[in-house]
Amino acid sequence: MIIGQQKAIEALLEMLSPYDNILLVGCHGCVTVCRSGGEKEVEILSSTIRLARETAGRPIEIREVTLERQCDPEYLEVMRPYLEDYQAVLSIACGAGIQFVAEKFPAARVLPGLDTTFIGVTEQQGVWAERCQACGDCVLHLTGGICPVTRCSKSLFNGPCGGTTTSGSCEVNKEIPCGWMLIIDRLRSTGQIENYRKILPMKKWRSSRDGGPRKIQREDLMG
Amino acid sequence: MKTESRLERVLSQGQFAVTTECGPPRGADPDVVRKKGALLKGMVDAVNVTDNQTSVVRMSSLAGCMILKQMGFDPILQMVTRDRNRISIQSDILGAAALGVNNILCLSGDHQTFGDDPEAKNVFDIDSIQLIQLVKTMRDEGVFPSGKELKGAPRLFIGAASNPFAEPFAIRPLRLAKKVDAGVEFIQTQCIYNLDRFETFMKEARNLGLHEKVKILAGVTPLKSAGMAKFMKKNVAGMDIPDEVIQRMAAAPKEEQADKGIEICVESIQRLREVEGVAGVHVMAIEWEQKVPEIVEKAGLLPRPAFS
Repeated sequence: MIIGQQKAIEALLEMLSPYDNILLVGCHGCVTVCRSGGEKEVEILSSTIRLARETAGRPIEIREVTLERQCDPEYLEVMRPYLEDYQAVLSIACGAGIQFVAEKFPAARVLPGLDTTFIGVTEQQGVWAERCQACGDCVLHLTGGICPVTRCSKSLFNGPCGGTTTSGSCEVNKEIPCGWMLIIDRLRSTGQIENYRKILPMKKWRSSRDGGPRKIQREDLMG
Repeated sequence: MKTESRLERVLSQGQFAVTTECGPPRGADPDVVRKKGALLKGMVDAVNVTDNQTSVVRMSSLAGCMILKQMGFDPILQMVTRDRNRISIQSDILGAAALGVNNILCLSGDHQTFGDDPEAKNVFDIDSIQLIQLVKTMRDEGVFPSGKELKGAPRLFIGAASNPFAEPFAIRPLRLAKKVDAGVEFIQTQCIYNLDRFETFMKEARNLGLHEKVKILAGVTPLKSAGMAKFMKKNVAGMDIPDEVIQRMAAAPKEEQADKGIEICVESIQRLREVEGVAGVHVMAIEWEQKVPEIVEKAGLLPRPAFS
């Protein structure tokens, strides 16, 4: 899922300083699962902002609404009736959701309440970690199901570099396991170490963000 | 001979090669490089010029190479893939070759978080093994990696690094084999302090026949003090300094530790020279270039071969 992290309250208060009333919009998708932008977070954030503004002697009115998904047009319609009564929209969906709100409601002032951080997994309760960079050309079948683009700090296709520590961590940070060490261990344990001998060629980054903003068109599904 | 490289010539004649490195200054003063060069005259076969090592900004490797070239050296252009995409890399290769650089060392480069600009965006469009392939394609096939023809192939002797001491140890000879498959012609290793482990690595490399396909230059770095040894052991990833080496340094009085470091370095070179498949030595006297002549002389590596 897409993992996000709420912006610091100080940054949000600064962002909201021109406004006396806002629409605070959450999302029931990924950011609900990673506990950063769902209905509950909308409630908590709303109270926090109101309290801070009251304390500062400049109360703010906040209408709370949480959409099924901010990245699908039909769900965005739910918020349309409220838009003209509020000066700005603070969205705590991912960057895609925030932008889609801006795109669908051209007159709205849309503010990001969340920093979208990565595509990842829930390692354990309260711990999320990156697993995919959406590079558009998956090689996991060659690398034991562990992504060199994401898990190696240098995105090396023929690692490991010379910086792996004795404890098997990355030179960047002791908390980061060496991605290539994970790949090699996995290739060994699954009897595929011969994969390691093949040189992976220069990646075609065009399938990644480097080809410009990406789009998929499925004619079988298009109306 | 595929190139005009003096290093290639020394190695192809089966002579034990000596290389060293010169870190360019953190400024635009060419005299810093000239002074370092003056210390090394006649002492080595080629000089590496580092490429923003540890991600700390310095004068460019190519500029350093040119200053040394003007002094009569055969410089080795270090090139990391951290800061350049494949377009920039190809262009820099052509430029270096046009200016008379004969050697390139293909590296991925330390991560940018080590340096003064940890907020920088890294590139890593390609990795060091793909860089070896890229140079070889341009040189031997006369085409760019895109397949487009190039006029005036860059005649560069192709090198890379190898670290026998970084985990996972067992994969290191195989990784060297991949570099050989990619077309590397010489290797400079990480600083060797654990000679037993290096010999194990070389045995594996020989089992894979790599010593016959690539010239391996064993890396050494003289220790200035017991403190430096402890610091490097603790802080430099992939660095293996056995406790007995540190104890030997620490046993010497403080003012004699630098001499002890030189003594250990010279001993290491003498032992490394006997290891089958070691074709030379790479002396990395980090910001201590003035000691290179003493090390090379004491190790019995002078005079260096002269070519007319």
